[in-house]
Amino acid sequence: MTSWVNLILQGALLGGYYALLASGLSFLFGVMRIINLAHGSLAVIAAYALWFIAERWGIGPFLGILAVLPVMGGLGWLLHRTVFERSLQGGELVPILSTFGLATVVDNVMFQNFGADTRSLAPYIDTFAYESWNLPGDIYIGQLAVLVFALAVLVLGGLHLLLLRTSLGRQIRAAAEDPDAARLVGINAHRIHGIATAIAVMTVALAGMSLGMRATFDPYSGSQQLVFAFEAVVIGGAGSLWGTLVGGMILGIAQSIGAQLNPQGFLIAGHLVFLVVLLARLYAIDKLGTLMRQLRRQPG
Amino acid sequence: MQRTNVHRWTKLSIASVCLVLVLQLLLAFAPLFLDANAVDRLTTLFIYGILALMWNCLAGYGGLVSVGQQAFFGLGAYAAVRLASAGVSVYPSLLLGAVLVAAISIPVGIFMLRLRAGEFAIGMWVVAELAHLLVNLDPLIQGETGTSMIALNAYDADGRRALTYWAALATMVGLAWLVFLLLRGRLGSAAQAIRDNEEAASSVGVQVLVAKRTIFILSAFGCAAAGALWVATTISFQPKTYFSVQWSAYMIFMVLVGGIGTFEGPIIGAVLFFLVETFFGASGVWYMIGLGATALVFALLLPRGIWGTFEARYGIRLLPVGYFLRSHEE
Repeated sequence: MTSWVNLILQGALLGGYYALLASGLSFLFGVMRIINLAHGSLAVIAAYALWFIAERWGIGPFLGILAVLPVMGGLGWLLHRTVFERSLQGGELVPILSTFGLATVVDNVMFQNFGADTRSLAPYIDTFAYESWNLPGDIYIGQLAVLVFALAVLVLGGLHLLLLRTSLGRQIRAAAEDPDAARLVGINAHRIHGIATAIAVMTVALAGMSLGMRATFDPYSGSQQLVFAFEAVVIGGAGSLWGTLVGGMILGIAQSIGAQLNPQGFLIAGHLVFLVVLLARLYAIDKLGTLMRQLRRQPG
Repeated sequence: MQRTNVHRWTKLSIASVCLVLVLQLLLAFAPLFLDANAVDRLTTLFIYGILALMWNCLAGYGGLVSVGQQAFFGLGAYAAVRLASAGVSVYPSLLLGAVLVAAISIPVGIFMLRLRAGEFAIGMWVVAELAHLLVNLDPLIQGETGTSMIALNAYDADGRRALTYWAALATMVGLAWLVFLLLRGRLGSAAQAIRDNEEAASSVGVQVLVAKRTIFILSAFGCAAAGALWVATTISFQPKTYFSVQWSAYMIFMVLVGGIGTFEGPIIGAVLFFLVETFFGASGVWYMIGLGATALVFALLLPRGIWGTFEARYGIRLLPVGYFLRSHEE
């Protein structure tokens, strides 16, 4: 019994990481309808930057992130100016192609610079990498996992408040709703989209830090991270920030149960849950749509 | 009075179709007078050609950008290996494998085609990852270790090389003519309407979903055949190589550079990719960086690709899948 509780708890905590990873993807999709296929690769860039800082100057990732965050923000802005802005004008298929090309470039440039060795940030955070709290019933909760989960809640909550409560958030929502109409009321949609991309890529930097501290990474880790992030977003319902947290947790729980059942079960269970949720959602929406139409057709 | 008539064939297009037929005939006899290495390289080119044609069908005509067609490439190879180990003779097993994968793609298509744009693109990637993991579970494959198509040993090296060459050539030519005829027919009009504007197409009565499903299954069949042929050329089957997302990068490169949504474009793209690989493939990482960067630049700056730009500027169609309007005074 406790082993199941443990399994679900560990899975939910792992889900915190997926939610953190997915928050930027979900945010950009909500704002610009772009699915950035280089998303995972950007997280790996941040992880390498932190690793490099720690290796070269002995500065740990918690301090290093203070330098990496603004740099990644700048990179996000640049990304929007050079790739997204032009892609968006070409219709909905061009961003997929351009960001896929970008991911190929980024992954291989990292391979060229850092080689095939897997790296981790765990050695630079001392005992924090494995320190845990002991709960009744022989359940151990990793402190790092709790921190990452808290970070995810903080980032998602922050994005939520930003969108709802600030002037910038109102402009972002207006630009997302209708860029041309937003322009009429004096909102520069390009500028707003650039800022939104910068924010999204800064959340990716935090995800990259978490990836590096809790696991290992190599130049080609990005695509796997992208798939996880995408699954979390879709399970939780695209465009909903809190849904992303739930989606991440469902994905994490499915994976940890899958891992218990079969050595290869970790990934298989995650993909299966993703497909099942997708299927259920598509058909439920279908049913709901027919129901609504029937109701509308009735007189009175 | 001014009248317009609609026609398809021009002198140039009749000439180029004849030229293509002659070229195909010449290629069919190539193994008789080319050396072993050249035959192998040409076989590779034909497989690239199949992949480019199929990805272009999907993206260029169906409006479906997928980064998961390696699912069918890998499954086609796996099905061929499985059938051959079950005693089916090698070359029929390549075809049968592709047919089986096409059958599997029917339910996959019904489900995945409900997704839109980017969701479809990565959704297919998830399908590919899942297919990869499930194939790994087969004891015959031994996880990532993989296996070999041992049944190929029944042929001597030269005989195998020639047979694989003909199989690849026949598949590419067959699929190309099939796509050519489909595009000239009802499906072609539907697909090109979808490509230009899906909502508008559906509003004038185009059965969008039927057209998309047909294209999806055709593309799955072609990619599976390409995967099966790849096994026949390399003999070994390692899941990691076959289900790699790199295949998607190759397909996107070929189609984007050649000209997405044109019939001639992907063929040109495949030849270019083949040349790039021949000259730079050995440089490994830089080669991949170059491919990714080229795809990025074409997507952003030259979205019609080489042939699409050329066609738009000069109004030339070598292989007529569209129509010309010619007006004349009377």
